[in-house]
Amino acid sequence: MSGHSEFQPTSAPVKWLERRLPILSLMHGAAVAFPTPKNLNYWWTFGGILMFCLGVQIITGVILVMHFTPHVDMAFSSVEHIMRDVNYGWLIRYIHSNGASMFFLAVYIHMFRGLYYGSYKEPRELIWILGMVIYVLMTAAAFFGYVLVWGQMSFWGATVITNLFGAIPLVGDFLLSLLWGGFSVDNPTLNRLFSLHYLVPFLIAGVVVLHIWALHVPGNNNPLGIDVKGPQDTVTFHPYYTIKDTFAVVMFMIFFALFVFYMPNALGEPDNYIEANRLSTPAHIVPEWYLLPFYAILRSIPDKLLGVIAMGIAIFVLFLVPWLDTSKVRSARFRPLYKQFFWLFLIDALILGYIGAKPAEGMYLVIGRIATAYYFLHFFIILPVLGLVETPKPLPESISKSVLDKSAAGKAA
Amino acid sequence: MKNKSQIILRSIVLAAGLALLPAAAQASEGVALKQVDWSFNGPFGTFDRPQLKRGFQVYKEVCAACHSIKFVSYRNLSEAGGPQFTEAEVKTIAAAGNVTDGPNADGEMFERPAEPKDRIVKPFPNDNAARAANNGALPPDLSLMAKARKNGPDYLYSVLTGYAEPPEGVVMADGMNFNHYFPGQQIAMPQPLSDDQVTYEDGTPATLDQMAQDVTAFLMWTAEPKLEDRHKLGLKVMMFLVLFAGLLFATYKRVWKDQH
Ligand code: HEC
Ligand code: HEM
Repeated sequence: MSGHSEFQPTSAPVKWLERRLPILSLMHGAAVAFPTPKNLNYWWTFGGILMFCLGVQIITGVILVMHFTPHVDMAFSSVEHIMRDVNYGWLIRYIHSNGASMFFLAVYIHMFRGLYYGSYKEPRELIWILGMVIYVLMTAAAFFGYVLVWGQMSFWGATVITNLFGAIPLVGDFLLSLLWGGFSVDNPTLNRLFSLHYLVPFLIAGVVVLHIWALHVPGNNNPLGIDVKGPQDTVTFHPYYTIKDTFAVVMFMIFFALFVFYMPNALGEPDNYIEANRLSTPAHIVPEWYLLPFYAILRSIPDKLLGVIAMGIAIFVLFLVPWLDTSKVRSARFRPLYKQFFWLFLIDALILGYIGAKPAEGMYLVIGRIATAYYFLHFFIILPVLGLVETPKPLPESISKSVLDKSAAGKAA
Repeated sequence: MKNKSQIILRSIVLAAGLALLPAAAQASEGVALKQVDWSFNGPFGTFDRPQLKRGFQVYKEVCAACHSIKFVSYRNLSEAGGPQFTEAEVKTIAAAGNVTDGPNADGEMFERPAEPKDRIVKPFPNDNAARAANNGALPPDLSLMAKARKNGPDYLYSVLTGYAEPPEGVVMADGMNFNHYFPGQQIAMPQPLSDDQVTYEDGTPATLDQMAQDVTAFLMWTAEPKLEDRHKLGLKVMMFLVLFAGLLFATYKRVWKDQH
């Protein structure tokens, strides 16, 4: 990471370590002295919140594994064993299961923050792409984890999702038998998903390191979307942002704890408290809430293969956003038209999420199709065209000037 | 400044919209359930111990003829947060059931009375036996039932009190019973409860309504035996976090003072 550190070791052991492995000065540069724009708002605290979420999932997950049995005959009752017999097992499990939802809530806020303030634009394209890699890995981790419980929704969700891979021409059957380890979702499937569920979070941790490394080359974007002009625009990461991020994490923990302690099953499907049964299909098979928008896109296309392709493009298009958005201005604050379309897109995503939870029939199907069409319209037409036709508002001279103006206005009022 | 308040305003509108979605979704689904003001509802909710004891009595004397509660052991009945029978009472309750144990020194399996450490004995040795005794229908395990249905406790109470004569024109399949709240309104379970089905040891009048509430509360406990612990710990955690957040906010303001 770049050399922002004026780290001067004073004690002998630190000097000794520093000459052999300069890890302390590296961390000092990355998390203490790192110059950070002074005008970041609370939407910028979600990066820290996401690190917290990953840590929570890994710690609670490792503890769950100590008591969990990955076998079709025992998985469901071993989860109940955790809930009933393991000391504070109920707490660990409810943190882990709600933690997945909190993780996704935070990542969606983080992503929409990026979309609003144009954080994916030059020179931060690769940060965005690494973020998308993390997001895709997260969906995989969450899906694998959900199957482990071996409830009805685990089993039937796994059946539906793995079957999607079967729709891929030529290699579909091969992929299916690779995923299943047999001719349907069964014990070998549970075993390989268990192994992968343990693996993926550590892959995520690795990509997070790259994500932050890439971030520390150009530094943070900011709500104005203009470049840092000099030291007067920044503050050191510590203590200014360490304290702000810590405060935000604790506020997030309060929200998180509300679910864990007072409505631990509100975000889950009741059907997953019924043990998997291959002879009885639940009336509605729905994924967890965080995958619903993509599920809606999948089902709005009548053809299975085309549906899978549409869903794939819906995710893949996000990787291309840095090039689909043709505007040079980053922040939506100075883009009067894009700002409106940003909110429309957010509403569209929420509608898709709502439709994903409903049966694909009647009005729901019609609305789902319109919302799907709009989703693609936003990325493939609106984003590129806006940058060409929109007249942005004048940009402020610098961050420090804008901050000074603002606090002057605040004092006058 | 305008931008910021706009964003905040819009987030609030969005959050409100999100909160309303499930309500709208609910409204569009089937028969509205009867709602009971359960003692375990809300952030300070606890189980009503005499009610859990009565509920266990209803389970034991009525439901246990057909339904298992396989995730519950006899010893759980005396644990904190549950019906809290005494250990002596639990021994007596357990001894009424028989379990197969072994092999003994001679290599033989043998029957013995159940002990507190054993799981509550199931009415049928396997699903096929249960079906054979119930016209082909399988009485599901009830341990988790209160969490395995939407609005579980209200649903259980509604089903147990929702039997009626089929309305005119409704043709019932063979061996099925009409129930307002069961999906499809035809249920294989014959009405299990009616007034004075049991005689409560604590003298509470055993009306259908009372028994349905009691057994539902008991099944909520079998599904969520750590509910009281959860509520108690939650309060402590919340108080700590709110206090901590307040201190952090004050520190945050202090640290940033020289920047404004
Ligand atoms: C004579 C046997 C019998 C008795 C006694 C009995 N049940 Fe059932 N129960 C059944 C059968 C059979 C089903 C399956 C119904 C179906 O699928 O149509 C069932 C289903 C249920 C269901 C599941 C409904 C659903 O949504 O799927 C619940 C809850 C239930 N019983 C509760 C109870 C309770 C509580 C008692 C005691 C008060 C009880 N039962 C007594 C036979 C019985
Ligand atoms: C990216 C981070 C992770 C995410 C998003 C995630 C997500 C999930 C989800 C959604 C479930 C189902 C929860 C339920 O309904 O009970 C689950 C279960 C599980 N997870 Fe994870 N997980 C993560 C990391 C881990 C790690 C690192 C481990 C272990 C090293 C782990 C071990 C388990 C186990 C054993 C279960 C099954 C037991 C249970 O249901 O509580 N998880 N996970």
